[in-house]
Formats: sequence, structure tokens, C-alpha cells
Amino acid sequence: MSTFKQHSILPGFNLAIGFTLLYLSLIVLIPLSAAFIRTAELTWSEFWTIVTAPRVMASYRLTFGASFAAAMVNAFFGLLVAWVLVRYHFPGKRIVDALVDLPFALPTAVAGIALTALYAGNGWIGQFLEPLGVKVAFTPLGIFVALTFIGLPFVVRTVQPVLEDIEAELEEAAATLGANRWQTFSMVIFPALFPALMTGFALAFARAIGEYGSVIFIAGNMPMVSEITPLLIITKLEQYDYAGATALSVVMLVISFILLLIINLLQWWSRRRSSKT
Amino acid sequence: MSIEVLHLSKHFGTFTALHDVNLQVNSGELLALLGPSGSGKTTLLRVIAGLETADSGQVLFHGEDATDQHVRERQVGFVFQHYALFRNMTIFENVAFGLRVRPKKFRPSHAEIRDRVMALLHLVQLDWLADRYPHQLSGGQRQRIALARALAVEPKVLLLDEPFGALDAKVRKELRSWLRRLHDDMHITSVFVTHDQEEALEVADRVVVMNEGRIEQIGTPDEVYEQPASPFVYEFLGHVNLFHSRLHRGHAWIGDIAVAAPEHAEAEERSAIAYVRPHEIEVERVQTGGAAMAALVVHILSIGPIVRLELVRKNDEDITPIQVEISKERFRELQLTKGDEVFIKPRRLDLFPNQYEEASKSTRL
Repeated sequence: MSTFKQHSILPGFNLAIGFTLLYLSLIVLIPLSAAFIRTAELTWSEFWTIVTAPRVMASYRLTFGASFAAAMVNAFFGLLVAWVLVRYHFPGKRIVDALVDLPFALPTAVAGIALTALYAGNGWIGQFLEPLGVKVAFTPLGIFVALTFIGLPFVVRTVQPVLEDIEAELEEAAATLGANRWQTFSMVIFPALFPALMTGFALAFARAIGEYGSVIFIAGNMPMVSEITPLLIITKLEQYDYAGATALSVVMLVISFILLLIINLLQWWSRRRSSKT
Repeated sequence: MSIEVLHLSKHFGTFTALHDVNLQVNSGELLALLGPSGSGKTTLLRVIAGLETADSGQVLFHGEDATDQHVRERQVGFVFQHYALFRNMTIFENVAFGLRVRPKKFRPSHAEIRDRVMALLHLVQLDWLADRYPHQLSGGQRQRIALARALAVEPKVLLLDEPFGALDAKVRKELRSWLRRLHDDMHITSVFVTHDQEEALEVADRVVVMNEGRIEQIGTPDEVYEQPASPFVYEFLGHVNLFHSRLHRGHAWIGDIAVAAPEHAEAEERSAIAYVRPHEIEVERVQTGGAAMAALVVHILSIGPIVRLELVRKNDEDITPIQVEISKERFRELQLTKGDEVFIKPRRLDLFPNQYEEASKSTRL
């Protein structure tokens, strides 16, 4: 402990670090390690068979693929929404601003049911898409739509304050130096936004990987086609296959952790190049 | 390249930022726009740059109308108070920005850009910082980089908005004289905005004093300081004492002393405000030759080679202290201490008769 301790004008370092570690252990580490311990009941070959079963492999691809695609779309359109909310003044702006948070507040099951009703073959939107040969509900596309819905606020809310902080002077400076709008955006504004955009992307991505409630309603849950990994875990739990369920959880956990770590490293790298202080 | 500003007006809502402003900036001169905040000086600069559009009026560059030209095409170098450097770029890239964004046809080659940027960094004496990022530099260094960046595009005019406003006193003074030297070398038509009268008087060839969206006076630093055109300019430039006086047949009466004012020979009992600079008041221990005001020394402040006295007039309800500056030698001669009685006489005063009043109704003096 004493190696961590430094003289600081802020008192209570020991207490604060102690509490932080205890709290993190109780809330995050202990439940997570339970998953690992439970998995340890399995032998290595049993574990490997469970986590590489074709149906499971298909669910990984779907979960991470759809989550990634949804997070990418959110990064793009979330940036657009944040841009409009920060840069323009229009009537009803506050209402639009409040709407952005709705996916946070709505119970995910409600979101799932609402989206299913909209995109089903006889739904408001579905009835127009069906004749075009686009089926959304009960397909992977539906999963993608649901994940996009729940991930949007993460990008908007992380990008918005950073965009608000970018001084108008920077754009004016670029203009006096002869840069056009696109050059100003791509060379001046976007690089400043990039770390925040990455954070928003990572949050939306992480949220999408773990999403269950909204997806199961719209997914159709067909094995090999539209079955997400969290659903497989629940299925195994319902069959009292606790070890199998935790084995899948462990795989999810490790992959998510690695992905988030990579994103954090990217962020750290880009922030280091443009830090303020 | 000269700049001409004709009948510029600009409103922000109900606030009038510029009120029919006319200005001529001569080719190669360094001009200061001086005024308190809200006087319209920054707005004027931004309209010249094209960052702001005026409600009416024209801006001419070298006789050509530039009013409708976009800021991109005006070829002005603009330096911001808070530098506005691009945080995600190195110092080198910041300075190179204006060259890199040029259309392919006009873009210099890689090597040319490199040479040009390094030459500019050398000019601002910061070539050793080329690979750093803006956040690793001090405020003074950042502002010099901002200047190098503005000069990189070879602007026809250089506009600086409170360029030293965010810096501390010492750096500000250094940068000020450095800018003056730089301008003497380059002779690029420059306009800078400041609220600091010392800065304007020290650096500029000509000073434009602005107040409430209008130009109060245009002149060389000596002219605006020695012959202020209006009470505002008098009060804005340096310390000044204000006396209520009465003009009567070629004399200005302040209390019971009279000062010759031949230019007001025809005035009959007209009230006027008399301005006297602190260093233009004579202080005596005893009353000698002619009338003088009796006053008490209430405060003595010694600042380097000069001593500033605060005096209060005797037998007067006006307790606004009179500021007087005398040299240290004179102060030693007089051997003044707090509470002493002295006699003062303005050596020179400027009179601004009350515009709205023909006959004096002033009872106080």
C-alpha cells in the first residue's frame, strides 16, 4: 500500500482507494469471477465443445457483427444529430434534445415490442418494406435496427459537449487561411471530435453486445440465423445447464474486454496527440 | 495595400456596434483600434476580415470593393486573442495549414512548404518547436506561432484582435516591441485591436479611438494624447483630472483662480469641463505670483522615478482627489508629508464647453 501512497494535498487517499477497490470488487469483480469459477466445473474439452458449437459460433457472429454495424451507424448518425443539436437553432430543439435520451429510459422490452410492431409485415413501416423484398422483423436486420435504437444516445451524449467546446475561432482561423468547409471539418473539427466519437462508439458497441430485452422480440430467434448469444445463455439457464451458460458468458466477457481494451488504446493514442493541457 | 472603410453600420439586435464608420488605413502602416469593450473595435476588425457582414457600408482593399468577398478570398491574415491554434496538429502543421489547403494548382511542393514554414518559424524565433503540439507551448510562444501561421499565406493585410490580451504583463511588453520591429521589417498593412492605451500609443503609427460604435479621433499617438478631440478621448487616454469651470470673457475660472483661455473670448458665463493631466499641475509650498488653489496632501505614492500625490482641495465640498505627478527631485525639494498644505496651479488645461448650455447655471464653483 505504501508504494502507492504519495504526498498529496487531497486528503483521504487510503480511504478513497480502499473504497474504490472494495466497491469495484463487490459490484463487478466478484460476480464476474463467479462466472469463471462456475465455468471451471467443466473440463477443457467440454468447455471447448460448448463454446465452439456451430449454433454458438453463429450467435457470436451475429451478436458481434450486428453490434459493430449498429455502433458504426450510430457513430455516423449520432455525430450528425449532435452536430444539428449544437450548431443550429430551430423550434422544438429542446424536445428533440430530450428525445435523444428516450432509448435510455425506455424499458428495453417495450422498445423491442414497439419496433417489432412497426417493422412486422403488417406494421406501419413493415408494410411498405415487405413489397420491396426487405424483411426487417424476425431477421438479423431487425436485430441491427434494435441495437441501433438503443445505442444512439451514447454517441450523441458523448460528442455533444465536445462539439460545444470547439471554439468558433478555430473554424474562423481555418477560413481566413483559405480552407473550405470540408477541409475545415476534416482537418480541424473531426480530429478534435475523434476521441469523443470513439468513446461514444465503444459505449454503444458494449451496450449492444449485452443487449437482450429489445432484441429477442424482433429477432425471431431462429437458430443459426437470428439467435444472439445472450439468448443462448438464457436458454441454457432455463435448461439448468449453469456451467454451459457461464462458459458462454466467459467467452463473451473475454471478447468484449479485448475489444474495449483495443478501443481504449486507440482513444488514448488519439487523445495523447491532441490533449488540451 | 490600403484599406478603406466607407459608411459601415452594424447592429446586433438593438445594440449598435458600428455607427456609420469611415476609416482609411494607409498602405504599410500599423494602425491601432483603441476603445473600451463594447466600443465596436473588434466588430470593425471582423468586418474588415470578412468574418462578420455589415448591415450597410463598404470595405475596399486597394480601391477594390471587397464587401461581398468571402473571408477565404480576402487574403487577410487574422490573429485571434486566444490564438486559435489547431490542437491536433504540430506547430509545423499549424503553420503549413494555409498552404496545404490550397487547390492543387496553387499548392507549393512538399519541399517548398517545408522551406517556407521553417523560414517563418525562424522569423518568429521558434524553429526549434516545429514538432511540438500547441499545448506544450507558453502563451507568448503560441501567439507568435499564430502570427507565423497567419503570415504563411502571404496575406495582403494583417489583422490582430487583442493579440496580447491573454498574456501576462511582461510577455505582453516583449511581444509588443517585437511586433513593432517585425512590422518595421515587413511593412505589411496591419490593424490591431486593443483596449490598452499604453499598447496602442507605444506600438501604432496611428491610433483610432472608438467609443459606442463611433470613431472619436484618429491621429498619431502624440496627437491623440496631447490634443484629445473629445472629453471621452481625454478620459480614456491616461490619468486625467477633471475640474468644473466657468468660462467668462477669455478666462476659465476654477473656483477663485482664473486661467487665460483666449479661444473663449466671446463666452459669457458658460460652464465647461477642464481637463488637466496629472503631470501638468504645479505644486508649491507657498503661494507665489497669481492665484493658486489650496489643497491638502492626503496620499503619497512613489512609483519609480515619479511620485504621485493625491490632493484634496481646501474649502470645497468636492472630495474627488486631484492626482498630481511630480518628479522625485521635485518631491525631495518640497519635502512633503501627509497632511501638508500646498498650492497648486494647472500649467495647461483643455476646456470642453458644455454643449447644451449657453449661460452658466453652475453654482458649485
